[in-house]
Order: sequence, then structure tokens, then C-alpha cells
Amino acid sequence: MAQPGIPLAWYLMLSAILFSLGVIGFLIKRNLITVFMSIELMLNAVNLSFVTFAHQWHAVKGQIFVFFVMMVAAAEAAVGLAIIIAVFRARATLAVDRIDLMKL
Amino acid sequence: MHLILFFIFAALCLAGAVNLLLQTHPINSALSLIVVMTSLAVLYLLLGAEFLAAAQVIVYAGAVMVLFTFVIMLLNAGREERTLGSRAARVVGFPAVAAFLALLATVLLKAHGLGRAAMQEGVTSTDDLSAVLFTKLLLPFEVTSVLILIAILGAVALTRHGDGERSASK
Repeated sequence: MAQPGIPLAWYLMLSAILFSLGVIGFLIKRNLITVFMSIELMLNAVNLSFVTFAHQWHAVKGQIFVFFVMMVAAAEAAVGLAIIIAVFRARATLAVDRIDLMKL
Repeated sequence: MHLILFFIFAALCLAGAVNLLLQTHPINSALSLIVVMTSLAVLYLLLGAEFLAAAQVIVYAGAVMVLFTFVIMLLNAGREERTLGSRAARVVGFPAVAAFLALLATVLLKAHGLGRAAMQEGVTSTDDLSAVLFTKLLLPFEVTSVLILIAILGAVALTRHGDGERSASK
């Protein structure tokens, strides 16, 4: 390879594939906690593309955005898992097929 | 060197993500998600984001995933049963994912002007990051701390609420 390093497009491709795997997991998983983990996977994939673009433009702000996403994701995980515990107490199940009170 | 490290950890990332989908037990999925997050930290390091690599390991692979495994063990989540899923997911979801990935792949592979990443190039030190974070972006930073406080209070209120209802109904 003439130039050193690897193209940034590969990082973006990895990010896109991870995001798609997260969406597929969101669609096929049948456990509430695993569905929530797929959302975390999507958040991580988006963070990777933020860091890649921050490297591309030599900008610090992209990395700071990732830092804020991490903090919000930590808060989201705490609240989401609390909701999951509340749902489990009310319905005694984690299967998303049985949690269908708001379904049409 | 960069190439080898990228391939090792990108492969680990993808293997962990696929394993997350294939495993039926939530604890196995959680452990493979930890693999994904730790490999992502190495990729951040390759892209010169040293603070974010540390934060990724501490916040995501550490704190968030400990919370996940704790809840899995607390609720004694068993093996999930595979069902066909909703019709909307089959009809709209999977084609939409495929179209999204194909669109992104064509755009990215045709993109011009995207640079290359090499070792020890374009490294953002924690110094630079904190200089911007604590001068220009001090207000958002403080607002986020309030957000986290509200999230903690919300989590406590949500989990206590179930107790109150149950004891009231008894």
C-alpha cells in the first residue's frame, strides 16, 4: 500500500454494519433486555462514525459530542432498566410478545 | 500495524455483534456486547481519541454493562423463546435495513475526500478536549449533570413505585 494507514471509509462501513446489526437485533430478539442491548449497539455504532468524522476534520467537537452521547446513554440505560424492572413486576415476563397492552 | 489492529478489532466487533443476535440467553448477549464495546475502544484509540477510548471502557463496558448483567441476574431472565415476530418487522423492517445498508455502502464506497487514518496521527489529547469542554461548552456539561441526577431520581422512583402499588393493593 502506497499511503500509510487505512481509508476512513472502512471505519464508516464498520459503523454502518454494526448499526444494521443493531436494527436487526431490535427486530428479531424476543427478550426485552436483549432488545434494549440492541439499542445500545446502535448507539455505539453511531459513536464510531462520530469519532471517524472527528478524525477526518481534525475537530474536537465531534469527540465532545460522543462524550455527551455516552452520558445520555448512561442515563438512558439507568431509566430503561428501571422501566424493565417495573414491567417485570407488573407482568412477570420479559417476552416482548406478551407485553402487548398498548398494541393495536 | 494500523491495518492489522483494525482488522483484528473490527472482526471482533462484528463477531460480537453477530453473536449478540445468535445467542438465546441474555447473559451471553450481554457478554458479547462487552466484547463489541471493548473492541470499539481500541478502534477509538486507533482514531486518536484517547479520552473517549478510556471513557468507553469505563462508562460503557464498565458501568452500563454491569447494570445490564445486574438486571439480568436480578430478574433471573431465562432463555428467550424464538417466535416469528411481528408482521410489520418482516414486511417493512428487514427490507428497510437492507436498503439502508446498501445505500450507505454505495455512498461510502463512492465518497471522495475521505482521508486515511494512520498510527499516531491526528491524536486528540485529553488536554485539548477538556479545554473546549470546560470553556465553550461548560453550560451543556452542567446541564448534563442535572440530566443524570434526574435520571437517577427517575430510576429510583420507577422501581419504588411498583412496591407502593403492590403494598397498597394488598
